[in-house]
Amino acid sequence: MSGFYQIIESLEGSRPQNRIADCTTGQVKALLDHIRTGGQAGPEEMPRLVSPAASELLEPMAQLARAITARRFGKTIQMYAPLYISNHCTNSCLYCGFNIHNQIVRRTSGREEILAQARLLKGRHLGQLLLVSGECPSQVGVELLEGTASDLKGMFPSLAIEVYPLDQEGYARLVQAGIDSLTIYQETYDRKLYAHVHPAGPKADYRNRLGAPERGAAAGFRQVGIGALLGLTDWRTESIYLAHHAAYLSRQYWRSQVAVSFPRLRPAAGGYQPEFPVSDRELVQMICAFRLLFPDASLVLSTREPAQLRDNLVGLGITKMSAGSKTAPGGYLDEHGAEGQFDVFDGRSVEEVAGMIRARGCDPVWKDWDRGFEG
Amino acid sequence: MDERMAKPLVIAGREIKSRLMMGTGKFSSPQVMAEALEASGAEIVTVALRRVEFGNPQDDIISQIDQQRYLLLPNTSGARDAQEAVRIARLARAASGWDWLKLEVTPEPNYLLPDPIETLKAAEILVKEGFVVLPYINADPVLAKRLQDAGCAAVMPLGSPIGSGRGIKTAEQIEIIVQQATVPVVVDAGLGLPSHVCQAFELGADAVLVNTAVAVAQDPVAMARSFRLAVESAAEAIAAGPMGQSGAASASSPLTGFLR
Repeated sequence: MSGFYQIIESLEGSRPQNRIADCTTGQVKALLDHIRTGGQAGPEEMPRLVSPAASELLEPMAQLARAITARRFGKTIQMYAPLYISNHCTNSCLYCGFNIHNQIVRRTSGREEILAQARLLKGRHLGQLLLVSGECPSQVGVELLEGTASDLKGMFPSLAIEVYPLDQEGYARLVQAGIDSLTIYQETYDRKLYAHVHPAGPKADYRNRLGAPERGAAAGFRQVGIGALLGLTDWRTESIYLAHHAAYLSRQYWRSQVAVSFPRLRPAAGGYQPEFPVSDRELVQMICAFRLLFPDASLVLSTREPAQLRDNLVGLGITKMSAGSKTAPGGYLDEHGAEGQFDVFDGRSVEEVAGMIRARGCDPVWKDWDRGFEG
Repeated sequence: MDERMAKPLVIAGREIKSRLMMGTGKFSSPQVMAEALEASGAEIVTVALRRVEFGNPQDDIISQIDQQRYLLLPNTSGARDAQEAVRIARLARAASGWDWLKLEVTPEPNYLLPDPIETLKAAEILVKEGFVVLPYINADPVLAKRLQDAGCAAVMPLGSPIGSGRGIKTAEQIEIIVQQATVPVVVDAGLGLPSHVCQAFELGADAVLVNTAVAVAQDPVAMARSFRLAVESAAEAIAAGPMGQSGAASASSPLTGFLR
């Protein structure tokens, strides 16, 4: 089911998070020097980089993260937008606006509505589209996703999905249909907490979700994105497990690029309050830590974050950003229709965000793939 | 005296004015890229087909490159196998008439190292179809010979992984490639400083390709100029006849003088 599940079990036994508190600034400095001089470092070093000791060295971490990002990605930021297909959901995730128990206006876009929104986004230069849906296969089945991909692939060089876990065959059908990237967050790697925040519905199956990125990579997605929902538990511990997950995927599925997102919980229907809020400073430390250990990973920051923070993270590890996002199905056509998954924080338009990126000395990249590669 | 650098560089029968080739990725804007190309003096510039709309002359990047002046060398970076590389090359030629091609088959997204098996397969097909193929390869002398046998117009061995700036870590293999080459050898990838360029020429390379080192410099235009000067300096030094290295001081009286 999931090769990484065995590693989770072994990590639970060895508890690498216990090393966090004991790290000294001297140990962190030594690691930074090692990385600065071209040395390799793996996920077993994550406790040092997320430690309180490392937070005192955030400035040198940031300098190094920026230099590594420039070498690998240049002065560029990839641009994308999410397109929500449906907010119907059979799950009851405590933190999510789409929770089945929330009394919200539900909607599933048909192919025509999806296409109309896609045209609008295409008009804003966007070339990378992320199709998002709640978990409700009767509303959004593989067939709808396949059909949507065939409608859109002539317009968008790159199509990604962020939907409920599929089996490998389902993912292979979507790859065949022209979807090249998969995003699926484990939300939390802590099994007990996972069971608590996902009390019912298919998402309660931890192992099935954990295996999804592996099945997607095996099915041929060019990019596989993972993440932990920040605010559910201690971000430092999550970072360690997430780093092991990224390293595992890179090693086992060497043809797929790993992407890591850093979604902090936002206010949503249901009113869930994060028990472990992550500060801006902590978020920056986490992003820098991932860049130092994963020089080649795509690091993604969405409009969940405030404009001022996003502006300052351009080139500082982050290589991919969404802009002008709506998080409700049909949201680009009708602002006051269905309920969004969460409140967008950075509400600027695509053009405004692109202008900000240029003003900060980076080139917004709209196209980084070509349909011509495919059959 | 080594006459190699005094003669013009010729690839596929075409005389190329500059031994410095430039990449166009990773710049902070298309305008900065254009200024850096100008300062570099390069004639051959590569463009990633994945990044541009190759049928569209208004494309942000293509529109900045005067094709009367520069020879556009589209690359297939991102192709995961021979089939993908061949497909995109054909489409780009059909749309834009480009028949020179930097063949890159890089299925591994991290170090972007080239797949030798798929590169050879693609080269064999593309050469037969009339493309001028310059393959990006690891510094593997036997692969370089196989690609020459397949009809490639040059070979482009890497110094170190793309974007690493680590310089030439494959020097001994590149020397063998140069020694056995029947086509120009272009050292590509990993060249982070002008001194790395000088080393490439000292190893016997015919040309170099630089991208990240210029694009991510604080002043890309000044850095492009400095790479041009490094190429000129290396060429002049090689033409001037370097002294060579000696491991120990030479004896003041000849050791074989007694034979006279």
